[in-house]
Amino acid sequence: MSLLNNLINGISLGSVYAIIALGYTMVYGIAKMLNFAHGDVIMVGAYICFFATGQFGLPPVVGVILAMVVCTVLGVVIERLAYKPLRQAPSLAVLITAIGVSYFLQNSALLLWKSDPKSFTSVVGKGSFKLFDGQLTITHVALVTVVACIVIMLALTWFTGNTKMGKAMRACSEDKGAALLMGIDVNRTISMTFAIGSALAAIAGALYCSTYPTLMPTTGSLPGIKAFTAAVFGGIGSIPGAMLGGILLGVIEIFAKAFNTQISDAVVFAVLIIVLLVKPAGLLGKTVREKV
Amino acid sequence: MKKMRVLSLAMAAAMSLSLLAGCGGGTSSEPSTNPDSGSGSSTGADVITIGGIGPLTGSAAVYGLATKQGAEIAIEEINALGGLQFALDSQDDEGATEKAVNAYGKLKDNGAKIIYGCTTTNPCVAVAAETYNDRYFQLTPSASSTDVTAGKDNVFQVCFTDPNQGKTAADYIKENNLGTKIAVIYNNGDAYSTGIYTAFQAEADEIGLEVVAVQTFPDDTNADFTVQLTAAKDAGADLVFMPIYYTPASLILNQAKTMGYEPTFFGCDGMDGILDLEGFDTSLAEGLMLMTPFNAWGEDERTVKFVEEYQEAYGGIPNQFAADGYDCIYAIYEACEKAGITADMSAQDICEKLIATFTDSSFSVDGLTGTGMTWGTNGEVSKAPVVVKVEGGVYVTQ
Amino acid sequence: MKKLTPSRKRLINNSITYGMVIAAFVIIQIMKAGGMLSSSLQGLLVPICAYVTMAIALNLVVGISGELSLGHAGFMSVGAFSGMVFNIAMQSAIPVAPLRLLCAMLVGAVFAGIAGVIVGVPVLRLRGDYLAIVTLAFGEIIKNIINILYIGVDENGLHFSTQNEAALGLAEGGKAILKGPLGVTTNVKLSTFTAGFILVLVAITVVLNLVNSRTGRAVMALRDNRIAAESVGIGATKYKLIAFVTSAVLAGAAGALYAMNYSSVAAKQFDFNASILILVFVVLGGLGNIRGSIIAAALLYVLPELLRDFYDFRMLIYAIVLILVMLATNNPTFKQFFGGLFARLGRGSRKGGAQE
Repeated sequence: MSLLNNLINGISLGSVYAIIALGYTMVYGIAKMLNFAHGDVIMVGAYICFFATGQFGLPPVVGVILAMVVCTVLGVVIERLAYKPLRQAPSLAVLITAIGVSYFLQNSALLLWKSDPKSFTSVVGKGSFKLFDGQLTITHVALVTVVACIVIMLALTWFTGNTKMGKAMRACSEDKGAALLMGIDVNRTISMTFAIGSALAAIAGALYCSTYPTLMPTTGSLPGIKAFTAAVFGGIGSIPGAMLGGILLGVIEIFAKAFNTQISDAVVFAVLIIVLLVKPAGLLGKTVREKV
Repeated sequence: MKKMRVLSLAMAAAMSLSLLAGCGGGTSSEPSTNPDSGSGSSTGADVITIGGIGPLTGSAAVYGLATKQGAEIAIEEINALGGLQFALDSQDDEGATEKAVNAYGKLKDNGAKIIYGCTTTNPCVAVAAETYNDRYFQLTPSASSTDVTAGKDNVFQVCFTDPNQGKTAADYIKENNLGTKIAVIYNNGDAYSTGIYTAFQAEADEIGLEVVAVQTFPDDTNADFTVQLTAAKDAGADLVFMPIYYTPASLILNQAKTMGYEPTFFGCDGMDGILDLEGFDTSLAEGLMLMTPFNAWGEDERTVKFVEEYQEAYGGIPNQFAADGYDCIYAIYEACEKAGITADMSAQDICEKLIATFTDSSFSVDGLTGTGMTWGTNGEVSKAPVVVKVEGGVYVTQ
Repeated sequence: MKKLTPSRKRLINNSITYGMVIAAFVIIQIMKAGGMLSSSLQGLLVPICAYVTMAIALNLVVGISGELSLGHAGFMSVGAFSGMVFNIAMQSAIPVAPLRLLCAMLVGAVFAGIAGVIVGVPVLRLRGDYLAIVTLAFGEIIKNIINILYIGVDENGLHFSTQNEAALGLAEGGKAILKGPLGVTTNVKLSTFTAGFILVLVAITVVLNLVNSRTGRAVMALRDNRIAAESVGIGATKYKLIAFVTSAVLAGAAGALYAMNYSSVAAKQFDFNASILILVFVVLGGLGNIRGSIIAAALLYVLPELLRDFYDFRMLIYAIVLILVMLATNNPTFKQFFGGLFARLGRGSRKGGAQE
């Protein structure tokens, strides 16, 4: 029974990773950059949601929507100010800029919202379903997280497959030059990707902090790295891959902890290394053949 | 591209020029103008600068800020008395060893005579080695490992040492029959947590306390505790001993509640502060027992006054970090008074005099975290441990 | 301006790099002797040397070999801890401090080199961001392992355990060196600025000679066009591994130097953020540009310390400086502006390059 409990916890944790990883993967697929500041957007989203529901007494749904709006704006502004001028620059320069933005967000949060951790009030409530005489517990948060993750994944798949904007995104990720020739506004498409990725980060922030309710300025960095790992795990750039990678990572992490907490992170990363050695482009990633 | 290299070099060169200009200013030992120290009311030659080191940014900032703020309140009170005048120059170490040593260098430049800190253990061990060589007196509010003071006559602690806490906790649980089957959840990536656990386990074996489950979590992934709690529950533990800080502890209480697991939870001084966690549902902590030297709901006059001043200045309820910081400054003050320290003495002279005073058997300090605190030559404090229980959202001394 | 032959130009270029480092050393020594150096700056000298060496080492991988590594702090920590264990265990056997420091650095370099081979062989089969994430993973694994390791020494030799201090089973008079999460707390400080300076010179010599050798040209050919290079018979794995392991060895020596500057070192210092910090030095100094790495590492390490007077805002300012410098050096508009400036100053800025 504890096996099943662990599995449920793993899927729930993995779903949060998956939502964050979706944001990573979309931005990477189109802008070809590792947005290390993504984790800190999660933190900002969680803070906005915390203050909206806690201080101003707004209902949780409004809090989450407000957080999404703020994060969307934040994401677009960051893109416009810090990343857009570097469109032609080497990818490492953009990576370092992203790290700078990450430091900036963390330290601004430290000044604005102080260092003392906040205890996040769950946006879903504390209830849980108990099955088999209470031996198996499924919290509402876990359920909502998993459902949210699946809905977001399906919506994104539909969006990139069927809408004009989504198709433009796919075109940009294939070949920016050719997309431009076909009359696609590449800059706008990239801004749009950041907007969507940041809105997802806000949802992830609210759900992550609902499950693990400690909120401080450094809250976002760890799930950020884990989600980055998950995105690579599943094949970076692939939407179903990010979801699969996230959930697998969550499950492996929980089982590794059950096996031995001391080296659980080492186990997670060891599994990652083995997977990448067998499938060098991640689980669902496309192997791009190099042309000579 | 070649051009880019040249360019980045040019940028670097431009930066270096501006920095060198900055260096020139830094070398002259100008008095510290610390905008937030709140104690620069009296400047002049007769002020003794105390150099504080602790994490003011980064993930441990909450502890560093608490010790800093507690100390500032004490300094303000002492300066208002009109006798010896102090100024606190607080430097950030980000909770990292090398930054702490850098901060110490900066404090020496700024003319600090006494070192107050560090807040966290590893940086404190490193800085203690430096102060030992340079002969600066050092008093730490919260670095509780025995390694901090080991072999250094100039370093003293105001907090309990880790082994001391672990041993006392085991004895207390046994004596008061709080539990028969004990589970331990501790942070094995943290020196404080590991130190307490090791001593607790040794003492438990000695006195026949049954430890049925030992669960750990690494330092940087303090998010999910369901695995550890499930293990404790399956082992049938009726008391969970948690020598950890209050942030992960709040998560554990939360998740235990969700799981429907309700043993007695027993914590150490790092747990203090849990009730002031913004947004934390204090009913979750109902029945939690912890060993803390400081009770913010205590009714003695000094505690009431301190809590009032703290709330006025910074908001929130002070925790034991702040109280330890407050006591540190008072201990330094009383020792300075007793030893006849004046601001024109060198740091080395002050150090020797303060060591002699602190180890003097007639020297004792009454503070918020204990009355009649005395120090041995090994730098460890001796004061009585207090166990409190959370009842109705406040501490009740047991 | 007279046309210089490539080899002559290289000689001049390399001489400038050596000259700059030696001049910096001499100036600092003079300032030190004259008492003009503040104690905070004096305390920074050894870590600066360690980070400069780290930046040179990482530049070999990222700039010259063209592979992004996000786990270099892991090699630093292997060097740091093996060096410290050696230092404490051999304290009585080798009483001469500089000799012990040299040996400790060699031990650190060797162990980091071994780790470099273990990591490099599987990692270098991957490419691009996948390689980056695996180096990150190895960095975290190394940190995790050191965090649960206990090492003690007594007259019977070294004892290892992954449990706790008591499980070491030390004989009377033995002492625990590495204590799991607490790290090493009883290290004997050995590092001096002179030792750091020599290490930097060694690192520069190793890397510059490697770059200008047949091996170095093979490594750069692989970076610029792997398929073309392989088609003329350059074995990718072999040459990339040479660069990677050389880098790990230097990082190990730098780690040992760094660790010997503190009495307490814990594994969690060498985390992902530390790797990133070094990467920032390398990128800001210019990929493949050793001199740039040296300057950037020294300046960026000192910057947050100089910003201490800004108190609360210092890390915020650091972040803003980082972003602005990246924008200024990489944005076409800025670049054109500065580029024109340089052309007018007569320093011929060649158009275009093979590097991306």
